[in-house]
Amino acid sequence: MKSVDLVGSAVGNTFRSKTRTILTILAIFVGAFTLTITNGLGTGINRYIDDTVAAMGADDVMTVTKVAENAADDGDGPREYDPDAIAGAQEGPPGTTSVVAPISSADIDELAGIDGVVRAQPVKSVDADYLVHDGGTKYEIGIGGFVAGMQLQLAAGEQPDAAASDFEVVIPDAYLEDLGFADADAAIGEPVTLAVTDAERTQHELEATIVGVSEASLGTSASAVPNDALNDALFDAQSTGLDASELDSYAQATVWFDPASPADEVTALQDRLTDEGYDSTTVAQQLGTFKAVIDGIVLVLNAFAIIALLAASFGIVNTLLMSVQERTREIGLMKAMGMGSGKVFGLFSLEAVFIGFLGSAIGAGLGILAGTGISSALGGALLADLPGLTLIAFDPVSIAVIIAVVMGVAFLAGTIPAIRAARADPVESLRYE
Amino acid sequence: MTTPILSARDVRKSYGRGANKFDALKGVSLDIREGESIAIIGKSGSGKSTLMHVLALLDQPTSGTVELAGHDTRSLTGTALNRTRNKTFGFVFQQFFLTANASVLENVMLPLKIAGVGRSERKRRALAALEQLELADKAKNKAVNLSGGQKQRSVIARALVNTPRVIFADEPTGNLDTATGAVVEDILFDLNREHGITLIIVTHDEELAARCDRRVHIRDGLIVDVVEAATATPATATAEERAA
Ligand SMILES: Nc1ncnc2c1ncn2[C@@H]1O[C@H](COP(=O)(O)OP(=O)(O)O)[C@@H](O)[C@H]1O
Ligand SMILES: [Mg+2]
Repeated sequence: MKSVDLVGSAVGNTFRSKTRTILTILAIFVGAFTLTITNGLGTGINRYIDDTVAAMGADDVMTVTKVAENAADDGDGPREYDPDAIAGAQEGPPGTTSVVAPISSADIDELAGIDGVVRAQPVKSVDADYLVHDGGTKYEIGIGGFVAGMQLQLAAGEQPDAAASDFEVVIPDAYLEDLGFADADAAIGEPVTLAVTDAERTQHELEATIVGVSEASLGTSASAVPNDALNDALFDAQSTGLDASELDSYAQATVWFDPASPADEVTALQDRLTDEGYDSTTVAQQLGTFKAVIDGIVLVLNAFAIIALLAASFGIVNTLLMSVQERTREIGLMKAMGMGSGKVFGLFSLEAVFIGFLGSAIGAGLGILAGTGISSALGGALLADLPGLTLIAFDPVSIAVIIAVVMGVAFLAGTIPAIRAARADPVESLRYE
Repeated sequence: MTTPILSARDVRKSYGRGANKFDALKGVSLDIREGESIAIIGKSGSGKSTLMHVLALLDQPTSGTVELAGHDTRSLTGTALNRTRNKTFGFVFQQFFLTANASVLENVMLPLKIAGVGRSERKRRALAALEQLELADKAKNKAVNLSGGQKQRSVIARALVNTPRVIFADEPTGNLDTATGAVVEDILFDLNREHGITLIIVTHDEELAARCDRRVHIRDGLIVDVVEAATATPATATAEERAA
């Protein structure tokens, strides 16, 4: 028998007993549908986290702080006063130090010399007083750092240009209305003024052009993001009047590593930094635990879907065993007519695979429709504060994998009846009184 | 003398073992000439079907050999055996064994489908076979909707669609009324005479057996009598006709 005819016959046989087949397909449908939705949930949330990671920083940088000398004996009674220590600007998980030592230019050079470090630069953190547009009301605002390679989630405009010498700023969309802009597009190209106060209590105002409007997202606060030129200018203005030693003191530094380096090399670099007395955090680490929790939840949900599929696969075994029983005579006849056992096996296992395909394709198809519907319904209501989050997202590869896995399960379930059919003895099947 | 198309040499077949052992065939030797019609006749349970299954290579004898055109069939296995079954033999059963919900055409095409014949070719040949049995107008009907005689004619069309050398008919008229049975018998003997197809009929019907060239009487797994019909056409003549 030709392969085409084998497939054709298998497909044709699937619908010989319609009710039974449809019920089996329904059982598989439930499993595949659930798997599609849970999987889509994982894809959607993780994709959102990935986007957020990009918005929080480039993937080839880590934030480095210097461990204060008195930080180690954290839990053993009161900490000794250290006039140079800087209260940690960065929140860390429990157990890590929150008091850091200042980083000087000499430390930056030391950092740059560590094996694996491409470049090191101090983080010039700026504390702005207010943001104002066109002589309107002044609003308080935080200043976020921008590193080349970072991808802010923008509602309009573009990323700040790290290389530009003009002052550029990206403002959060929460400020649009209060600053007097009709929408995000209207703000692009408009001037805004940022003010900082220096050590001598003098306020400096700097004017910048809005190049983009950012959307609030997980992990990023509503802060204005300047380009390097503006950040440096703000920092210099803020540092006016400080003596040289105070000037040369930063809370954090940014360290660049080879973006192509694998995870274990990054870990090795972090170990070397620890040996030198520095704490380091990559952007991925900041969200890593969160992602692990999501993955865990999705795994549990997927497990439920797989249990449903297993139950459905017993349905396949049952359906096909019944067909083999009913078609004993036909199988015997086909064998008497010279159909090989391998082909008989193929006929029944293809039938199982086809049932699996129908159930999973319909399940995945409706799963995608339902998931998309749920996402857009929730996106407008419950999750409106998290723009950019598609709760249930689908990627073609994982949908294809789901369908393939279900077809594989169906094949395995089909082997039991298919083997029984393949072993049928034509003489026994054709005997009558 | 030409080589017989099928020859059984001291064929024995036992079922079960130990105390339950039952000898269905107890040493049967029989030569079947190409182009002849032969009846295997005996009471129910005498071993007729068992002998037919062994001759049709559907079942292996417990001991003894079956030769097909002079070749020991024990050497036939796997694909070669399946090809031989498909190309050499056609079957007509008392209980038809048609797939009820498939069309008559689908049923008749089955052996060709198994043989791997292409779609249009097998349709052409199946329609030709149905034409021969005056069933072409029923090609699209479901097998379940046919009368008994039409069913048996479909089965004959299916048996001959792959131009076999031997047709085995196990009680071919057992499920038909006398008139319809007679029509089916005529068709089978026509095929034997005009196309030289060897016909092996298993029956307990003496009248049907009497129409065959030879009658082999079997009782309790042994051949007890072989009767040549007086008017039998010599097998050699049939072979010459075919060669012409
Ligand atoms: N699979 C089997 N196991 C045991 N006995 C069998 C089996 N098949 C056939 N027989 C026995 O072998 C004998 C011959 O059977 P069969 O060839 O079908 O007889 P017939 O076709 O002449 O009626 C019967 O007695 C039957 O009961
Ligand atoms: Mg019988």
